Amino acid sequence: MADLEAFRAETRAWLEANCPAGMRTPMRGEKDLCWGGRHFQFQSDAQKQWLAVMAERGWTVPDWPKEYGGGGLSPAETKILKEEMRDLGCRPPLTSFGISMLGPALLKYGNEEQKKRFLTEIARGEIRWCQGYSEPGAGSDLAGLQTKAEDKGDHYLVNGQKVWTSYADQADWIFCLVRTSSESKHGGISFLLFDMESPGVSTKPILLISGNSPFCETFFDDVKVPKDQLVGEVNKGWDVAKYLLGHEREMISGMGLGSGIGTGASGVTLGPVAQPDDPLLRAEIAAFDVDALAFAAMSERFIDQLKAGEAHPALPSMMKYAGTELNKRRNELVMAAGGSDALEWDSERSKGGKSARDWLRSKANSIEGGTSEIQLGIVAKHILRLPGA
Amino acid sequence: MMTLTDDQRLLQDSVRPFMAGEGAIKQQLRHWRDTGCSDGYGTALWKQFAELGLTGILIPEAQGGAGLGAVEAGVVLEEIGRNLTPSPFLATAVTAVRALEGSAQADRWFPGILAGETVAALAIDEGKHHDPARVAMAARRQGNGFVLNGAKQFVVHGNSADLVLVAARTGGATGETDGLTLFAVEKGAGGMEVERIALADSSKAARLTFDNVAVDADAVVGEVDGGWGPISRALNAGRAGAAAELVGVAAGASEMTFEYLKQRKQFGKLIGEFQVLQHRAAHLFGEIEIARAAALKAAQLLDGGDDKAELLVSVAKAKAARVAALAVQEGVQMHGGIGMTDEHDIGLYMKREAVLSELYGSPRYHANRVAELSGY
Repeated sequence: MADLEAFRAETRAWLEANCPAGMRTPMRGEKDLCWGGRHFQFQSDAQKQWLAVMAERGWTVPDWPKEYGGGGLSPAETKILKEEMRDLGCRPPLTSFGISMLGPALLKYGNEEQKKRFLTEIARGEIRWCQGYSEPGAGSDLAGLQTKAEDKGDHYLVNGQKVWTSYADQADWIFCLVRTSSESKHGGISFLLFDMESPGVSTKPILLISGNSPFCETFFDDVKVPKDQLVGEVNKGWDVAKYLLGHEREMISGMGLGSGIGTGASGVTLGPVAQPDDPLLRAEIAAFDVDALAFAAMSERFIDQLKAGEAHPALPSMMKYAGTELNKRRNELVMAAGGSDALEWDSERSKGGKSARDWLRSKANSIEGGTSEIQLGIVAKHILRLPGA
Repeated sequence: MMTLTDDQRLLQDSVRPFMAGEGAIKQQLRHWRDTGCSDGYGTALWKQFAELGLTGILIPEAQGGAGLGAVEAGVVLEEIGRNLTPSPFLATAVTAVRALEGSAQADRWFPGILAGETVAALAIDEGKHHDPARVAMAARRQGNGFVLNGAKQFVVHGNSADLVLVAARTGGATGETDGLTLFAVEKGAGGMEVERIALADSSKAARLTFDNVAVDADAVVGEVDGGWGPISRALNAGRAGAAAELVGVAAGASEMTFEYLKQRKQFGKLIGEFQVLQHRAAHLFGEIEIARAAALKAAQLLDGGDDKAELLVSVAKAKAARVAALAVQEGVQMHGGIGMTDEHDIGLYMKREAVLSELYGSPRYHANRVAELSGY
């Protein structure tokens, strides 16, 4: 315990000395995130410097092993680092699907060469990744995917189409599920990594109801992928895919929600938009805040359970379901509290229609990464063990 | 860390089989209900609680107790809830002990509580809804002591209590937290009329009428006009405890229901094969996990003396009550006709949930309190 308290003191001192003032102000939204990658335009010198010093220390991925660019911190130390960053208001130095999704899968399934190469690039924010999972004919039934990878001796030849590829137009590399055998549905899938600049890859943004285009359609036309870029074993990609999905669901369950009750709890509750002259709205917001604070406690417990190895493997599905349904309700209440102000679509007053666009964006939360119905089915089958689920 | 420590797990490992065995519905709740027991619980079981060290779970070690906290009390209460085990544990060993701790009255009453011989009850509510600041009952100074006049209701275990902790007003106006004083009134006090009340869940309570009940000055728990201190301590512990018990009620009802989904056949299929029930069951499972986390967080913050503890206690009480209500309603509905019969246990969970939900403040009371504590 004394060691941990010493670590806390050192960490706090280091953060105070090294986190630029500009990286200690609240973020205004997704646009303030640092995504890294070949083409990332830093918003400020502070943002660039913050990534550099944190990456140097391995603290963009504090709990990854040091040999792969991580900080080598224990679960308890990682928790302390996060608490100190939260207390000091430090922004995350780097956000990426490499950190939240691919990294954990590579740590478990990648070979040594792949880990050394790809994890280090992720930790430093050098390569931005996107996820090639869904297809036009394979949404909830993901394992029905048809994008084909043919064995051509020294490489795979990939043909097909992906959809809902987040930020594919800005990504450097893709982790992609492909069909390497038609003999078996789940047992014919493989997990490939390749460069988005490979000849034959093209992307097309999809305009959403929010007016934004965070997702793309991604097309593969005779894309050659070197064979050493296959993760795990051929035709056993579904195991990697499911493991990665667990991490994706954890990430999405926390979307739109602040974390932690211990400090300011900003972002968790909706109290600040309550209006005393509207008792019904106040009551709905109070009921929401009860649920939001209870879910914040659950999020904290879930992380501790994961670290202690006590979490059921299907628990991320429960968290994803509960967190996204809560976030949709949150956005509904923000709209209700905002009245006609919240309906403005592009005025400066409305920050470019932030409330309305966030509200519409939130509707995807319970679809992306597996719909709420898919998550409930997973809980029914794997946790409750209900028959035929 | 929001996982149980090794010691807390050991406690759980010993209490779980005890409640599931000795404390089971058939052995306790049904037995005492069907034999018309006036206390609503078995004194022999309460003695066993004492032998296991549970009656003194919150009593400081220096006074012979285990000196544990709200987390440990919650571990016990979740198992009590799961088995609907009737006992004065929440009223006496949790709520009353927290009211008495550190006061001159503690030495007088703790030995009896430790021995499983004394039952203590908290008398706060005066109307049909819990609202502790709205106490109007008068405590007038007379000679070396006080004279109490007024009425209390929903005094859980008040029917068989040896000690009633009574909130009365020595100053201030109704609705104010200042000017309240907590009095320790013994069973049989002259002028205290006890109306025995059987509640819907077969537990027993009392309505108390005080007609010029004279008590000595040393009956005051803590300070005159400073009753809000012990009352708040008692209510925080009682609410956190009730939240944990509600989680147990929800868990017990839902586990019984999930088992039923795997046994009952209709249309030639197990009803658990129907997706419409699977999704509702999965939703319920998640809500119970969330309620359990909220109850644990509230207990940890109380034990740590954190200034967010009151907020989280209200969150936990409100959430656990809502979730337990969902669990028992889904439980009865998914059992169908058999769930409406007295013979089946699922309905007993519904009755217990209703009482615990109201005890120390309904979910609406606590949602409102979350709003007030958050400044809106």
